[in-house]
Amino acid sequence: MSLSPTPSQTVGPFFHIGLPAPATTELVSPDHAGAVRIVGVVFDGNGEPVSDALLEIWQANSAGRYSHPEDPRDEIPREHGFKGFGRCATDAEGRFEFVTVKPGPVPGPDSRMQAPHIDVSVFARGLLKRLVTRVYFPDEAKANDADPVLSMIRDPEVRATLVAREEDGALRFDIHLQGERETAFFSV
Amino acid sequence: MSLIGYRRDDAEVDPPYLYPDYVATRTRAPKRPLVPLPHTLSEITGPVYGHEDVGELDHDLTRQHDGEPAGERMILHGRVVDGDKRPVRNTLIELWQANSAGRYRHEVDAHPAPLDPNFSGAGRCLTDDEGHYRFITVKPGAYPWRNHPNAWRAAHIHLSLFGTAFATRLVTQMYFPGDPLFFQDPIFLAVREERHRRRLISEFDLDNTVPEWALAYRFDIVLRGREATPMEA
Repeated sequence: MSLSPTPSQTVGPFFHIGLPAPATTELVSPDHAGAVRIVGVVFDGNGEPVSDALLEIWQANSAGRYSHPEDPRDEIPREHGFKGFGRCATDAEGRFEFVTVKPGPVPGPDSRMQAPHIDVSVFARGLLKRLVTRVYFPDEAKANDADPVLSMIRDPEVRATLVAREEDGALRFDIHLQGERETAFFSV
Repeated sequence: MSLIGYRRDDAEVDPPYLYPDYVATRTRAPKRPLVPLPHTLSEITGPVYGHEDVGELDHDLTRQHDGEPAGERMILHGRVVDGDKRPVRNTLIELWQANSAGRYRHEVDAHPAPLDPNFSGAGRCLTDDEGHYRFITVKPGAYPWRNHPNAWRAAHIHLSLFGTAFATRLVTQMYFPGDPLFFQDPIFLAVREERHRRRLISEFDLDNTVPEWALAYRFDIVLRGREATPMEA
């Protein structure tokens, strides 16, 4: 007989004291070749910025390899020092920022390749359980169109909430927790 | 490539996103149904930590300053297993809490209770090969919040776990047996079924108290188990 999981609870407003290091907002140094800045604002259903949210990102390296023992593809090299995990709390204006690299493609359902993407967890006061979304890249239109996960979202406007847009040399990815521009969220 | 995904049995135990008694959920819960994400390589992998990430005294919140914190010293320990009772090894647990007076060392905590110069309220540790973990801390106090008139949070300790994959990430709160504040705490009550709420309450553990030094509470944590059959990926 299997055990049912321990229920989730909110991180509350004081998570900053417990969820800092060893994570970082810079997965690579800003002067690393191919470094990209991903910036955004988290908004609530009233369109107000959320100043007490925490984002965590998880991604493969630029060649598409995960730094994890269950990625069996030894033919794709790991990159020394690249763990693929980042964490950033939003500031008073709801802003967050990561510096990372665009991940390479990784396999998805039915042996179809997935477009480059970053998995994102959103935690906040008022979220009794994390929300999960994904960041896709605007310069990958063809791969995005063929992506097996993006294709599960029928409404093109909703699908578009997962594709970052280029803005001032960075990638902008706002997260709307609720409302007309609500971001597409996944159950994992 | 054939991958084994994780069971989605947390859906029946977890609180809903929208729980109007917890006022902050009203503007933060998404309204559109969530899209079921297949567990691809991206979800069955996740950050890995090692002993180099955790300091020797990170698990002991009573030894982070020159003096000892005020309050009732306690040991919090337990086992982290998956839904098939297998130990979850070497997984990072992060913990944070209020001090014994119910005050967090945090700039937005305006509760007029004293800060404790000898208590930061944060710790971390890795589970061992059997999934065991152990913290030494002081029992946190209850504290008021402004969710509804005369609202008080039941005393609790926040715990964050990664498990083996992106799909097993869990942030939860541990409560104390017999707390008189449960009935009015919507964060606790948002877990709809009583049998699942009980899972958030630690057990007083006389066997693991240290005589003449500290009480002990046991809190076992279950992360999601794996599917029985692989999916083609």
